[in-house]
This record gives sequence, structure tokens and C-alpha cells, in this order.
Amino acid sequence: MPFISNTDQQRQDMLAEMGLSDVEDLFADIPAEMRCGKLDLPAGLTEQEVRSRIASLADHNVTGTVSFLGGGFYDHFIPAAVEAIVSRSEFYTAYTPYQPEISQGTLQAIYEYQSAICRLAGMEVANASLYDGGTALYEAMMMALRLTGRRRIIVDESVSPIYRTMIRSYTGNLGIELIETCHDNGLPDRDAIEAELNDQTAAVVVQNPTFFGCIDNVSDIAELAHARGAMLIASVYPISLGILKPPGEMGADIVTGEGQSLGMPVSFGGPYLGFMATRTKHVRKMPGRIVGRTVDAQGRDGYVLALQAREQHIRREKATSNICTNQGLCALTALAYLCMLGKEGLSELAQVCADKAWYLQQRLAELPGVTLRHGDRWYFNEFVVDMPLPADKVIRKLMVRDISAGFPLVRYFPEMDHSLLLAVTEKRTKQEMDLFVHVLETIL
Amino acid sequence: MKLAFDKSVPGRRALRNVPSGVSVKAKIKQSLLRGKPAELPELSELDVVRHFTALSNRNFGVDSGFYPLGSCTMKYNPKVAERIGRYPGFAYLHPLLPQLPGGEMMVQGALAVLHDMDLMLREICGMGAFTMQPLAGAHGELTGVMLIAAYHKDKGNAKTTILIPDTAHGTNPASAAIAGYKVRVIPSDAEGVMDIDKLSEAIGDDTAGVMLTCPNTLGLFNPKVKQIADMVHAVDGLMYYDGANLNALLGRCRPGDIGFDIVHINLHKTFATPHGGGGPGAGPVGVVERLADYLPISVVREREDGTHYLDYDRGKSIGYVAPFYGNFAIILRAYAYILMLGSEGLPRVSADAVLNANYLLHKLRGAYHVPYERLCKHEFVLSASRQAAAGVRAMDVAKALIDRRCHPPTVYFPLTVEEAMMIEPTETESKETLDEFVKMMLEIADLAETDPGRITSCPNTTPVGRLDEVRAARRPDLACV
Repeated sequence: MPFISNTDQQRQDMLAEMGLSDVEDLFADIPAEMRCGKLDLPAGLTEQEVRSRIASLADHNVTGTVSFLGGGFYDHFIPAAVEAIVSRSEFYTAYTPYQPEISQGTLQAIYEYQSAICRLAGMEVANASLYDGGTALYEAMMMALRLTGRRRIIVDESVSPIYRTMIRSYTGNLGIELIETCHDNGLPDRDAIEAELNDQTAAVVVQNPTFFGCIDNVSDIAELAHARGAMLIASVYPISLGILKPPGEMGADIVTGEGQSLGMPVSFGGPYLGFMATRTKHVRKMPGRIVGRTVDAQGRDGYVLALQAREQHIRREKATSNICTNQGLCALTALAYLCMLGKEGLSELAQVCADKAWYLQQRLAELPGVTLRHGDRWYFNEFVVDMPLPADKVIRKLMVRDISAGFPLVRYFPEMDHSLLLAVTEKRTKQEMDLFVHVLETIL
Repeated sequence: MKLAFDKSVPGRRALRNVPSGVSVKAKIKQSLLRGKPAELPELSELDVVRHFTALSNRNFGVDSGFYPLGSCTMKYNPKVAERIGRYPGFAYLHPLLPQLPGGEMMVQGALAVLHDMDLMLREICGMGAFTMQPLAGAHGELTGVMLIAAYHKDKGNAKTTILIPDTAHGTNPASAAIAGYKVRVIPSDAEGVMDIDKLSEAIGDDTAGVMLTCPNTLGLFNPKVKQIADMVHAVDGLMYYDGANLNALLGRCRPGDIGFDIVHINLHKTFATPHGGGGPGAGPVGVVERLADYLPISVVREREDGTHYLDYDRGKSIGYVAPFYGNFAIILRAYAYILMLGSEGLPRVSADAVLNANYLLHKLRGAYHVPYERLCKHEFVLSASRQAAAGVRAMDVAKALIDRRCHPPTVYFPLTVEEAMMIEPTETESKETLDEFVKMMLEIADLAETDPGRITSCPNTTPVGRLDEVRAARRPDLACV
């Protein structure tokens, strides 16, 4: 039997020591009427068989297209060293570092990860990770509700619709007043937000760059929120922080985001990495594990799980969150990735993505009938173009040429049936972009 | 050990970025840009690799040695599943592809995995339908409680309270509370399982459901589960099965057959996906047929021609608990594991998990107090109360094990046992490893009597000694910025 070490002889010896003869005797406490019969599953496969079977399923997926799909999940290049580091089994076969003396590797890595997130976001403290960008945003909202004791949350429509549907699911039962304000040409509508802000508002939620790819300076929204005693929650794309102004410098009180772009493949939806950072004064209301630095009796630096009194295993029903297992290995991946890129490397990478996107958007705008939807806004690596044909039609025609031509916004915004959301990472070459433009031209 | 930031040398680089290859430069307004780059470490590739290798040497995983951390099922993580989890045909599949026109046909392999997994988990748990969305065990619990809420809302039931035994998995109360329910804790009886009289007093029209861990965190199977289910169903409450301890029952007893309505499974426990130093895990949730309509959007379905599609048209659904289809690459690993074990292998898992646990209990009961003397399932709880009288507490036993190159059991949990040590050997460990562990535990018990100072001064072999947790709490140093 795979992965079981005891031999039949050892099994018999162990049973004999206990005065038993059959393993089934150990299940005598499960009444007969509660037992099940033999499971109706196929017989076990060998390693060779399972690899070949799943490899053939992988062949039923199409991954070779030239892809401009983003929407919050980006296909960035992953250095080999990152994969080598996270493949070390001392990291991946360990669990939550409850015993710090034999978990200093995981603990120090999380402390460094928390520090790197703070430096990127311009914040003071970060947690050890949450499941993904969407649950991180939900947790940030819950945190703001706890901190302010209020019940109202304003979410701008330029926040990912994928996250907004998740937030609606989570809060539907909690008596929270969830207000969604219409975006203004790709950015949050300041007037709409101001009109909805009142003394019961716990937080305003924005995203930068927005779901449409537009870059914002949200300092004025922070001021509006703070004037009414509300917090500003900003969801951000970490690669963009290589060049964009960090949310901490624009007055954000809680910063969250999807960390997948930091060294993780898109993997059909996961595992990803939710990150969260805030100000020191709010740390005791923050959800999730947090690692702190301290010393041992000899004065040596060491790392421990800190502020555990917030957590589910101690506070039980009064905990800040129910999260325990988070995305430890993904946080390690992000840290290894950020170390491989380094200070200059990350800004360079962000610049390369922006430059390529700029090129593509200029080329596309030259095509007759194609316009930039939010032409007077600034972009990072993603943008919306309006086509003379329905976007679904364009996508179908390009798919035949092995091009994934972005995301049709009509899925979430019924009025945008001619709009495509296009993302460009460093992996897209000039030749691929030229090909895309060329093929598109022949279609339109 | 120095932080990566402290090893930084200005101007040093690991990775060279590809040039943009285009002749234009993006125009972005100055007020939107950062003044200076984020202060990330400046290291060479060798620096980075050595840094993380040094960190990994300060860690202990299942591959390093015995890891009987109770309730966490630290079994061996097959290398083949790691390999499969990285297959490029899945790793580079964008989750939005199926939402493109024609895109569904580009992800047929991935949809087949999700659908097959749904069917296999149904069979293993005796449930009617599964969602793969929940991203961890606790996330599965939250999803499960949201399903309970959706059911009662749909039926117009005014339910306010979830009942949870004191031997439940530790996360349950928090999961119920954040989904909007009041939590009432039911004590255990002298047998170590939920006190049915106390349950009877607590149960009422306000009862939304009961969350049971079975076997419970003492490693004990509750033979009255069916009776409990009848009581809960009589007030139209739902029975929730916390799958943390499913390893004990694989192929022998299915939650769906004994009265449970909702289950979550920890793929990173029962189905051998790695714990990752604290995630990523995966927590699929299964429900009986009558609750299937409430499961999250989307659901993978099979057409008659064998192709698969995503069903988004689900009016009664609780909505989305994850952005897409769950932690897919983790689900993929568990899928490989289940395929390899098959119908014969799964009951062997529970057999050896339970055999190993009972063997250890048998060998250790002379030296440590056993709070509940009966058959255990995949894990059991010892108390160091006898040793504590001599000044050696459960945490000291844990640190002494560390010096003997063994990961300690879970200590001080469950809360119902003083000086608790919760031990779960799992089926993948051999008799020799168990005997070695017994030798250590007996030696520690012996020293606790004869020379307790040699235990309370542990660990001595680790890169750091016991750390000052009070200082960490009073003067938090949580980031180096």
C-alpha cells in the first residue's frame, strides 16, 4: 500500500502487544449500523499510472495562447530560484510554527515577508497572509467595523467585481449596510462617495489601479473618509508598487491585495496570497497570524507568533477572525520573489510592464473604430478598449488564432458589451503585441 | 541570523529583467508615482539561495522527522503529488479563461479534475454534492455555517444559535460567530463525548445547528451521533461535520450515513497535501442533496458527451466564497493521492492511523495520565499532570522532545484536559519510529521524577532557546521598516 510503512508482521506484533488479533477490533466503538460498505472508487493507481493519467488531463487544457488576460490575476515571469526555494521540504512539510525553536526558518521568513509588504505598501505592520485578495478585502472591512463600531461600508464600483460579489456573499447575513457607488470614468466618483459618507460609515473601499486599470491618487478620498471618522481601505496590485505611489502615502488605513503576481502561477484560481497591512495602532484588531521578533534567555534574536490573544484558538467566538491555516508557503514565495527582484529590479519590472502596455494601447488606438475607454486617465499595465464589434465576437475570432484577447467586461458591466480589459506583463513580447494588433485589424 | 534586509549591498542584483523591447516609455503623472523605490533587499542569486537554505535548516518538517502534532494529521506528503501540482498544463491556466466565449473548451482538463474530485469526495463522505471553493479548513467551516444560514433563511426559520461541544475543533466557535450566530458550548460527559443530557437542555427552536468533530479532539468516537442528529433534525437544525479528524474514519464510516448534513474536509490533513508552514490548504464542503442548491457559485457539471461546464445559474446559492474554483493546485495534489490509494487504500489509511495511535497509547499509559481510558481513534490525549506535580509541564515535555529530534505533540489543547498533550502519529509512520518515540517519552517521564531540571532547561540543541513571549506581546516588533 503506498505511503504506509508498517509490514503485516509489524501490524500483528503491535496488535499482539495490545492483546488484540485484528485491526478491526480497534473500531469496535463504532456501532455496526454506522459502518459503511466498501467504497465505490476505482482501484489505486501506481505512481507511473497517476502521472500519465493526470498529464493527459493537463493536455486537455490550452495554455499556449498569447494571453492578455488579467483582471487581478497576472502571468508574470517566475525565476527558477523562487521555485527551488519553496520546493525545500523543510518549509513545505512543516506546519504552523507553534514550536518556535524548531520553526525559526518559517518564522523569520514571515517576519521578513511582513517587513517587505510594509515597505512596498508604505505601512507599519502586516500580517502573515490571508487566503486571497478577496477574502483579505472582506477581512479588512470586518476589521474596520470592529475598529469604528459602525455598520456602513462604501465600496466603489471600480473595485474588482469578483471581490464585490465575494463581499456580498460574506456580509449578506450580518446586518451590514453595504453601499456600492458608481465609478466615474474608471475611477472612484468622489461626489458619490461624499454623498454616501455619514457618521455610521466604517470605511470606504477603493482599488488602485482600479479594475479598469486606471491609476488613482486616493489622498482626497482618504481625507473625505477621515473627516467623517471612517477608514480608507485600499486594495492594490503589488507589482505596480514598484513605481506607483504606495497607499500608505495616500492616507490608507488598511491595505490589502492579491499577492499572486509575486512569484505564483495563475494555477486556475489558486493557491493565491491575500496580504494585509495597517498602522501599528490598529494591530490588535487585525486578523490572522502575526510574527514578532523577540529574544531568548541568552539575548539571541528569535521569532514567535505574536499577539495570539486576538486569534480563534484563544479568543474562540470573540476572535478577530476564524482564520488559522493561511497561505504560509505563498508568503514565502512572495518573499523569495521580492528578494530575487530586489529594490531596483521591482521598479524596473513595473516600468517594463507599463511601457509595454503603453505601446499596445497606442497601437490599438490607431485602429479605426478602436478607442481607449478611459482615455483621459493614467494606466499602469491594464486598460479598457472599446471595439466597433461586440467584445465576445472579437474574442472568439482571436481565439482561433491562439490569442486570448483580454476579458469581456460585459460579464460584470452590461453596458460595456463592446469593451475589452487588456493586461500586459513582461512576458508579452513586442512581436506578440504586433501580431495581436495585426490580427485584430483584419477582423474589424 | 541576519535578516535578508541586513545582508543587502547597494547595487547588487539577482535577476536581470527582460528589456521592454518597445521604443516608447509609459507616461504617468508624477503625483501618481512613488518618490523612491521600495527598500527591498539588494542581493545576488547566491545570496538569496543561501539565505533561504539557511532558514530552511532552522525548520522541522515531516521530511525531517516524526511530527505527531495532534489534530493536524502530519502525514507524509508524496513527492509525486508535488510534481503533479506543478504540471504546466494546469499551472499556467488562467482562471478567467472559462468566462470567455469558447473558453470553457480550453479548460476541460481542469474542469474534469474538479468534477471527478466532487464525485470521489461524495462517495468517501456519503454526501450529495461538494464545492471545492473553500480555501482552508476554517474557510470550509465558515462556508458551512453560511450554508446553514441560507437554509434557514430560505425556510423562514428564525434561528440564532449554534451548539458546539467543548471537545470540538478549536476554530468552530469563531466560524459560527463571524457568520452571525450566537455560540453555546455543550460540555462533555464522563466518557469524553458531548453530554447528551446537556444537549437536550440546550436544544430548542433557536437551534440553527450543531457542529461536531468526530472523532472529537480527544480522539474519541461518539457512538450517539445518530441520536444527536435525530434531536437536531427534530427542531429543523442542521448537523455539521468538522472533517479535521476524518483520517480515522476513511472507508469505514461516512458522515452522510450517520446523520450529518454538511461536512468540510481538510485536504491538507486527510489527503496528504503539504501544510506549507501554515497553508495553503483546501477545505472542500459537502452537503446532502436537499442543501445542494445553496452551494457556492459556480458548480462544475458534466454533459452527456463527457465535456464539462460551469453552472453559474444558481438562484439560491450563498454566492462566491473564493474568487474562482478553490485552491486548485492543492485540489490537484489531493486528487492524485486519492487516485493512488483507491478503494482498497483508503480503509488501510484509517486502519494504520488508528492502530498506530492505539499502540502509542498502550505503550505510554503507564508513564502519563490518561484522562479517558477507552479505545482511541487516530489520536489520543495524555496529560502531564503527574509530571507537573514535579514541576515538569506539558510544554517542558514538548521542549525535551525537540532536543531528541522529534516534533512535539499539540500541547494545552483540548482545553478540557489539564496539561494536555494531543498525539497523532498518522498511518505513514512505522513501528520503529513509534518505538523510538515511546523510548523518548518514557525517558522524559523518568527524568521528570529523578532530575526535572534536565527537562525544564530544554531545548539546548536549537539555534535559539525558549523565546521571551511576554516581551513579544508587550513590545511588539512586527516588521523592520
